Amino acid sequence: MPEITFREALRQTLREELLADERVILMGEDIGAYGGSYAVTKGFLEDFGPDRIRDTPISESVIVGCGIGAAMGGLRPMVELMTINFSLLAFDQIVNNAAKLCYMSGGQIHVPLVIRMASGAGSQLSSQHSHSLEGWYAHIPGLKVAVPYTPYDARGLLKTAFRDPNPVIFIEHTALYSRKGEVPEGDYSIPFGQAEVCREGKDVTLIGYSGSVYQANGAADLLAEQGHQAEVLNLRTLRPLDVEAIVASVRKTHRAVVVEDDWKFGGFAGEIAAIIMEQAFDELDGPVARVCGADVPMPYAKELEQAALPSERQIADAALALM
Amino acid sequence: MTQLAEKPTVKDLDKGQLIDLLRQMMLIRRFEEKAAEMYARQRIAGFLHLYIGEEAVAAGAIAAINHDDYIISHYREHGHALARGVDPGRVMAELFGRETGVSGGRGGSMHLFDVERFFMGGYAIVAGHLPIACGLALANQRLGNGRIVLCIFGDGAVNEGEFHEALNLAAVWKLPVLFLCENNFYGMGTDIRRVSSVIEVYKRARAYAIPAEQVNGMNVLEMYEATQRAARRVRSGQGPVFLEAITFRFRGHSMADPESYRRKEEVQEWRELDPIVTFRQKLEQDGVIDEATFQALQAEVEEVVNEATRFAEESPKPPPEALYRHVYEEES
Repeated sequence: MPEITFREALRQTLREELLADERVILMGEDIGAYGGSYAVTKGFLEDFGPDRIRDTPISESVIVGCGIGAAMGGLRPMVELMTINFSLLAFDQIVNNAAKLCYMSGGQIHVPLVIRMASGAGSQLSSQHSHSLEGWYAHIPGLKVAVPYTPYDARGLLKTAFRDPNPVIFIEHTALYSRKGEVPEGDYSIPFGQAEVCREGKDVTLIGYSGSVYQANGAADLLAEQGHQAEVLNLRTLRPLDVEAIVASVRKTHRAVVVEDDWKFGGFAGEIAAIIMEQAFDELDGPVARVCGADVPMPYAKELEQAALPSERQIADAALALM
Repeated sequence: MTQLAEKPTVKDLDKGQLIDLLRQMMLIRRFEEKAAEMYARQRIAGFLHLYIGEEAVAAGAIAAINHDDYIISHYREHGHALARGVDPGRVMAELFGRETGVSGGRGGSMHLFDVERFFMGGYAIVAGHLPIACGLALANQRLGNGRIVLCIFGDGAVNEGEFHEALNLAAVWKLPVLFLCENNFYGMGTDIRRVSSVIEVYKRARAYAIPAEQVNGMNVLEMYEATQRAARRVRSGQGPVFLEAITFRFRGHSMADPESYRRKEEVQEWRELDPIVTFRQKLEQDGVIDEATFQALQAEVEEVVNEATRFAEESPKPPPEALYRHVYEEES
């Protein structure tokens, strides 16, 4: 199987969608002439032309709203918001319109729209460019939220996003773009709501998504050095959430640590902890632990930024405390 | 070019069409009066924003576009839905929260949808639907279906960022959108003159190089003429046009409004410009209708509204087990 980057996996998939369906158009800031802020759409403008690869003004709300309308009007749009930080300017469109139109129209309207955005910290981009707000979107009924970890996930989940008749928030952690992984050449897709056990173990379940699965895997290595077998769960989508996979793993290991870059207070890790408590309380040998981002605006200085993000050591220690 | 061509006269309206315009306005008026009554009788709950006083805008503008042009509107949209031909019974049933309502009882007064009639909804976040209008227009442009989008909003929308984002995008992409601002001078209870640096709303569109003009929104024929001209230009592929209809709502912002922010005399002055009364007088003067015709029209709309109310009253309520239906579109 060929190894390609996460970025290349996305690029291949978008290219295939553009080739397969004339209704597919891409809109966003600097996706055309510039080639995309993270170079995902590099070369697309030349290949598909300005009618389908549309550079927009810096107007996040109308970018998403235009995507919604285009989807309602019979196109198959994908909009790119550059980063999740800028998506806050489009929050009204995403929450009030994209998520609710199907329901409040009594099922008459559907919004087959893919909204891509980069997320995460770790590059010293400071407070306003380092958010991990996946959980905010997962909170909203009417949306689906995909959080790929591997290049294989990126391709398979993006394929599914383009097949879904509902709005899909597709979140790409910036630390993942250049990571490589095996991706088959043929057509495949990954259904939403199916987590992946990316490492089997019997002593503790480490639950992560997107970039945080990387730290969870690192923590599992540390734990292995001390003779503990951690199971690592890559959620792949937050909504729908693979509750069965979470519960099945906890039944096996009886211990769980949830890892998330986002702030702990009021975050998605708390949701997972609550679900485990509701559905597998008697299986637990201890409280569900959460290792999350520190409750601070992200600082610039490298040492402070690292201190604000979950580390492999912290995750391993949280797991050891449950043993 | 920032000015539209000279106003032509209404030459393509025959007697039947003129009477239709009057009937349409009368239907909206009577429907809204009945809705207010049903609200007082607690058949209707939530917010109820009445269109009384502004009927000429909906009747004139919507008669001047094609039946398959999209309409997207704000939350004071009963009149727009009725003018588009949405079944009054299903609109009333929606206000009643019944399963037979246009939106299955999920939307209510502020969210009427009838996709079969290209009525793409009422939206309750001020200016939130203007970006969607751009998208519908982009789809039209790309599919080459010849349709335009009539996007209706109030003067309250023009200080929202989404208004400016949408106008700019529509202009730069030459999208087939006809922006129609219903300027009734009050954003809820706040006088536009107190909160807007430029109160002539159409001038804001000109800042985006969009042809724009003011129209007398109390005169159905002027609305018809202006919209027809604007629609022709939009359909020709030259990009958006902006109309500012000067109008007035005779009732409060919603049923909960004590109207402490405007003088009774001001309301009275506008009531003297009542678009139904003045148009009726014009048609009588021109010999298009007589007293008997008017009486017959009145009886006709009374019957339609009563029948709509009866339909709503007798319609089933949505069953609680259908609560989760339509949160997601099923996989196709």
